Amino acid sequence: MLGTGLLSGLGVTAKNFVGSFYDPARLTTIEYPEVKTKLPEAYRNFPFLVAENATDPMGTLRCVACQICEKECPPQCIYIEKSKDKKPDATGKPQLFPAIFAIDTSVCMSCQICVEVCPFDAIKMDQVYEIATTDRFSALLLNREQLAKSNAYYHGIHPTEAAEVDARLAAERKAAEEKAAAAAAAKAAAAAAKAAAPVAKPLPNA
Amino acid sequence: MIPSGPSTFLLQLPLASAASAADAFLERLPLVARDVFTSWLPEPWRWLVNSLISIAVILSVFGLLFAYVTLAERKILGRIQNRPGPNRTPIPFINLRFFGLAQPFADGVKALTKEDVVPRGADHLLHFLAPVVLLAFSILTFAVIPYGRHLVPVDLNAGVLYFFAAGAATELAVFMAGWASRNKYSLLAAMRALAQLISYELPLLLAWVPVVLVAGSLSTTEIVAAQAGWKFNLIPHWHVFTPWGAAGFVIFMIAALAESNRSPFDLPEAESELIAGHLTEYSGFKYALFFMAEYFGMIALSGMAITLFLGGWHAPSPYLEFIPSYVWFGAKLVVLLLGFIWIRATFPRLRMDQLTRFAWKFLVPLALINLANAAFWSLSFPWAGPLQLLRWLISALLVVGPFVLLGRQLSAGVAPRVYRYAAS
Repeated sequence: MLGTGLLSGLGVTAKNFVGSFYDPARLTTIEYPEVKTKLPEAYRNFPFLVAENATDPMGTLRCVACQICEKECPPQCIYIEKSKDKKPDATGKPQLFPAIFAIDTSVCMSCQICVEVCPFDAIKMDQVYEIATTDRFSALLLNREQLAKSNAYYHGIHPTEAAEVDARLAAERKAAEEKAAAAAAAKAAAAAAKAAAPVAKPLPNA
Repeated sequence: MIPSGPSTFLLQLPLASAASAADAFLERLPLVARDVFTSWLPEPWRWLVNSLISIAVILSVFGLLFAYVTLAERKILGRIQNRPGPNRTPIPFINLRFFGLAQPFADGVKALTKEDVVPRGADHLLHFLAPVVLLAFSILTFAVIPYGRHLVPVDLNAGVLYFFAAGAATELAVFMAGWASRNKYSLLAAMRALAQLISYELPLLLAWVPVVLVAGSLSTTEIVAAQAGWKFNLIPHWHVFTPWGAAGFVIFMIAALAESNRSPFDLPEAESELIAGHLTEYSGFKYALFFMAEYFGMIALSGMAITLFLGGWHAPSPYLEFIPSYVWFGAKLVVLLLGFIWIRATFPRLRMDQLTRFAWKFLVPLALINLANAAFWSLSFPWAGPLQLLRWLISALLVVGPFVLLGRQLSAGVAPRVYRYAAS
């Protein structure tokens, strides 16, 4: 009969109306500034610099100012100036460090190529998205103090990737230490051999 | 007299006559307040100030109602679509949100501060006048509705006629807006609006004629008075509780939906086809005036539906008469407005041919048969005893029969649609 479809339609909307009050699965809105969704681990927007130590980020930057990222950056938003002196890096090896490291986030296109090319795992992608500003020039040009964030922070936003990076770095460090130890041992052995050589007597059957 | 408690009230009830209810303090409160306010004036000036106070009260009460109906509409539509709706606007200075209750005022400020753009080719005078005329005619209709036992702004003896005459004049303003905008979409929408409004004017008028026939008066107060009393102290004598009244009420509400340009009959503003219809070239406060007039029209038609079919300000039960009559009127009005919102949330917009076919081939014949039905009802008034059952049966058949037959004829060959090439 005419009108039954209309009545069932009214029923559907009434069910939705009532359901939205007591069924949280229906009301999916997340009221943003107060409540935030958990970002997916792979979410990325702008790069940041990884520092080993949160208390002294400038002293423990992994970046050695090799400028590979600066050269690879497609929109050329990275600007680096090398330091004049050297500082020991995490492994104790003296390295250059960036005296100036700046990223223009108004130019950055979030392509992650800087992260891909970095041989030192020094630059990674960040998840901070509330970067709106009223100043479109200097506020969007981030310097190295603003870019430096601790490794712990990196673990917080990309746990899987950070664990993998840490394991790789630890392995490299161990290999380097072993190599150094081996070299030192060989050197010591050589020195010992050299020292022992003059006093060594020829074997009886030689 | 004010009942001091429920028990004493129930004891008094069988003795309580209409006169005592009419004299209750709460019932007279608006008049008492007005008289206190005007008592310092010399007698010859009082009628003028009394009228001005009525106008001010109507404008402020219905202005506020308009504001909160828009908010309720947005919130209810939101809930029906499973989202919270506007809930953020803080109340100024105290910075509390209260579910977004300040939203209408924020909207008002926004409308007032927006730029008022008038197209270069527009007829400036008509472009300005259209929203003003529309709003003026919408407000005029509020004059004759009895809001309470003692609350009728103007008690005309042809009040119903006046109401629909003023309501019909709004069509002129819609066409004025479409013509003055000098925009093809506006003009098309105005033509559509005229076709729609004239199509639905007929069922609207035919729906209330039976009420006038049975009540024997064109005065709104007398129509309300005709619906006083209760059958077995249980069923009110409202027109909607008779077969012809129920049919008339449904026809009236459908036509009222179309007359107030509400979904599913909002073809004049069909945004997918006509941008915003006759509102396309309006911005800022003129747009807000159109919006206001639309809601005022909706509120006035709901008020008239209450007056004609839902017993006006009468309480639904003799045990609830201690609640003042204007509260009952307001409650009924809110229920009807929520119904409008519910319908808007549910039904998709009709096509132009469906719209006119529905009016001319379904509503108009149904309303005409309903007129005959009401004539039968008033002729069979003296029937008593078992004949009364027959009276109800015949009247109900005169409603259901034509509804089923006309409904079949209306949907013959139209529904259900068969999708021949779609994968099922």
